[in-house]
Amino acid sequence: MIEMQDVWKTYQDGSHAIRGISVRIEKDDFVYLVGPSGAGKSTFMKMIYREEVPTKGQIFVNGFNIGKLKRRKIPFVRRNIGVIFQDFRLLPKLNVSENVAFAMEAIEAPKKIIKRRVPEVLELVGLKHKLTSMPSQLSGGEQQRVAIARAIVNNPTVIVADEPTGNLDPETSWEIMRLLEEINYRGTTILMATHNKDIVNTIRRRVIAIESGQIVRDVIRGDYGYDG
Amino acid sequence: MTANTMTRHIREGSKSIYRNGWMSIASISSIVISLFILGVFILLSFNLNVMTSELDSKVQIRVYLQLEVTQDEVALLRTDIGNMAEVSKVEYVTKQQGMDLLEESLGEDGKDILSGYTDETNPLPDSFTVEVKDPQTVGMVAKKIQALNETNAAQPIWKVKYGQGSVEKLFQMTKMIRNFGLILVAGLAITAMFLISNTIKITIMARQREIGIMKLVGATNSFIRWPFFVEGFLIGLIGAVVTIAILFLGYDQLLSYAATNLSFIQLIPFEEVWLMVGSVLLALGILIGVWGSTISIRKFLKV
Ligand SMILES: Nc1ncnc2c1ncn2[C@@H]1O[C@H](COP(=O)(O)OP(=O)(O)OP(=O)(O)O)[C@@H](O)[C@H]1O
Ligand SMILES: [Mg+2]
Repeated sequence: MIEMQDVWKTYQDGSHAIRGISVRIEKDDFVYLVGPSGAGKSTFMKMIYREEVPTKGQIFVNGFNIGKLKRRKIPFVRRNIGVIFQDFRLLPKLNVSENVAFAMEAIEAPKKIIKRRVPEVLELVGLKHKLTSMPSQLSGGEQQRVAIARAIVNNPTVIVADEPTGNLDPETSWEIMRLLEEINYRGTTILMATHNKDIVNTIRRRVIAIESGQIVRDVIRGDYGYDG
Repeated sequence: MTANTMTRHIREGSKSIYRNGWMSIASISSIVISLFILGVFILLSFNLNVMTSELDSKVQIRVYLQLEVTQDEVALLRTDIGNMAEVSKVEYVTKQQGMDLLEESLGEDGKDILSGYTDETNPLPDSFTVEVKDPQTVGMVAKKIQALNETNAAQPIWKVKYGQGSVEKLFQMTKMIRNFGLILVAGLAITAMFLISNTIKITIMARQREIGIMKLVGATNSFIRWPFFVEGFLIGLIGAVVTIAILFLGYDQLLSYAATNLSFIQLIPFEEVWLMVGSVLLALGILIGVWGSTISIRKFLKV
């Protein structure tokens, strides 16, 4: 569960990225975040995983007030949030399994559990046969699957995906979407920023449109609403 | 922290040292240089201290006699000096004995220099060696002995000599060497520290991506920092161990060289110094390493 109460974000250089957003996202929601470039979608998401802190207002993730969090507590809240990017952000020197295991090692999960969990998650994303491949040997879609596996391996309650299909061809994009739907079906909140009209208009889910840092539309089974 | 996690930190820290190649070698070398110089100064001042106190306990007065003194006068003088309350021992040294002593103190080299003198041409006068109970009274006793000349018409004493100020000078020199060494070592240690912090900075920069992902998935700050601490620690440790090896081997060589060639110098045996010198160098090396990495972690690892 994510809740924002009159959230404002002004960057150091004075640009007003978010201007008074209040919104509530439920546990089993699948939310598309749409809007023109520079509208504030990425900023919105960064504040959820506390890459950025709101200038004003409150953000609650699973009941924790993210802005007021003590520094020492931040990592523990982040463990409940999986993040996926357009550019995958895998570690090039680690193979597929190691990339996923890395996320578990980082939170000091026991070795035995890592050994069992990593293949399990890679099977879920359809990469059972690529455990020891290096990222450079994978297609874009496969790399994104690894990134998704890494994002879900620690069982987060929320997945934040910033244009996860932005670098993928349409065919591959659909496969990734099917995967995200599956993850949402299993009970994980999905928040996804996208410019992909086809996807938003085909897989109908809640659509939140942001323009100039404000929510201009919030529809339960919405459509993309922009051209292109 | 579990043993597994600690193992991981140590593995990651060592990997970085290996990956940073020349930077690591430069850091380690800078530690070796500063610790080595420190070690040399410690050993030097230890040995000077011992030499000084040894000299102190050996303070004696040499009373050189005129060449034409009679045996009676010698005997008389000997009783007069021996009767002084401050004097513990008086010894008569003939000029032959004086030559032998000189030869002995000069060692092998002395043989050549002194070989030209026969008993007839021996230029040394007869003398007394006078030892006092309290080194502090040396100056006063020397004056008293000199004064004996005035009450004796024959004026049998040619010269009274004692280690005028040599003990004090040696003490002063030890102090100066120690201070100079401390300043030099402090400067070098700071240089080493900055080299290490720079190496760690490079590691941090090279690992930005990893660090970013670690933060994203919820690694704690200490988990992220540990490998860099380990890297600094290991650089310091390796530096110290290398220094200790070089220094101890060198001192060992010096000891065996001194034992055969410089017999008049009494160096402190290895068993009496290794523990103290070793632990000081080890502790300081690790301190420099950890300190250097802390600087970089504070500055560049925004977590
Ligand atoms: N780190 C930053 N410092 C200063 N300004 C920033 C920063 N990040 C974003 N901005 C500004 O904040 C506004 C919102 O940016 P944001 O990245 O959230 O937009 P977006 O909706 O994700 O755009 P896009 O669809 O192109 O990804 C923009 O005007 C941008 O220039
Ligand atoms: Mg964006």
